[in-house]
Amino acid sequence: MGTIQPKVSEPVSDELALVQSAKGGDVAAFEELVKRYDRNVFRIAQHITQNREDAEDVVQDAFLKAYQNLEQFQGQSKFYTWLVRIAVNEALMRLRRRRPERMVSLDEDVKTEDDSVPREVADWAPNPEQLYNQSELKDILTRTIQGLPPGFRTVFVLRDVEGLSTEEAAEALDLSIPAVKSRLLRARLQLRERLSRYFQKRNGGDGKQ
Amino acid sequence: MKCSEFLQELTNYLDGVIDARTKSELEDHLAWCHNCYVVCDTTKKTIEIYRDSQLYELPDDLRSRLRSAIMAKCQKKKAGPEKV
Repeated sequence: MGTIQPKVSEPVSDELALVQSAKGGDVAAFEELVKRYDRNVFRIAQHITQNREDAEDVVQDAFLKAYQNLEQFQGQSKFYTWLVRIAVNEALMRLRRRRPERMVSLDEDVKTEDDSVPREVADWAPNPEQLYNQSELKDILTRTIQGLPPGFRTVFVLRDVEGLSTEEAAEALDLSIPAVKSRLLRARLQLRERLSRYFQKRNGGDGKQ
Repeated sequence: MKCSEFLQELTNYLDGVIDARTKSELEDHLAWCHNCYVVCDTTKKTIEIYRDSQLYELPDDLRSRLRSAIMAKCQKKKAGPEKV
């Protein structure tokens, strides 16, 4: 069974130069950085907040904050990782504001116990995504990821959707590497389990199990 | 290897960051344990489906609106950081 191929993230050699220019007051250089990463920041923000308006605000606030704090970016990490860290914090803050009744934290209980071993495992149909049309599929994927605790879906989106390395995700989330790995495992397993409801092989004609 | 031990290594296995010996132990386990095989296979599909789903793409009109707003605010804040 093959491994997951990470999304190709092309090395950006001119990036430090852009950051330097932006630090020197070159707004056009900063706009170039915005163009480069606005889609990623929006995707991350929407995954975390699960709210379109909040995601729009996060994109604006994260870039503005990055611009105002460029001096603090020392170039030891990638600019993108630094930006993601700002965006994640903004997104979590908005989520907390919207759901004050529920604690929103990256430090949720993530003990990995034996009870995470799935007992009854149904195999999936060969091309499960083809069981549904595109909008049904998006709906299923959205509802499924919404059900994950914010700390899990944040790690999942950074690692598996955006293709950050474990080290980069740990840096962006201020978590240890084992903590990222353990959250990622739980997130992946929970999503798999929830998607099984929609994607499992159907016996007979009605598809209900 | 027990199923719980297999699961502990699943993420490293799927990410291809394990040593050769652990990998071969995991693959021995996969060869006889159907449940773990299915979990591994469908977890991999889960990741691929999400990665390829284009969930939450930023529409072009919203994108340019956001960018204009960001750049307008940056211009305002441009309090001339002279030192580099």
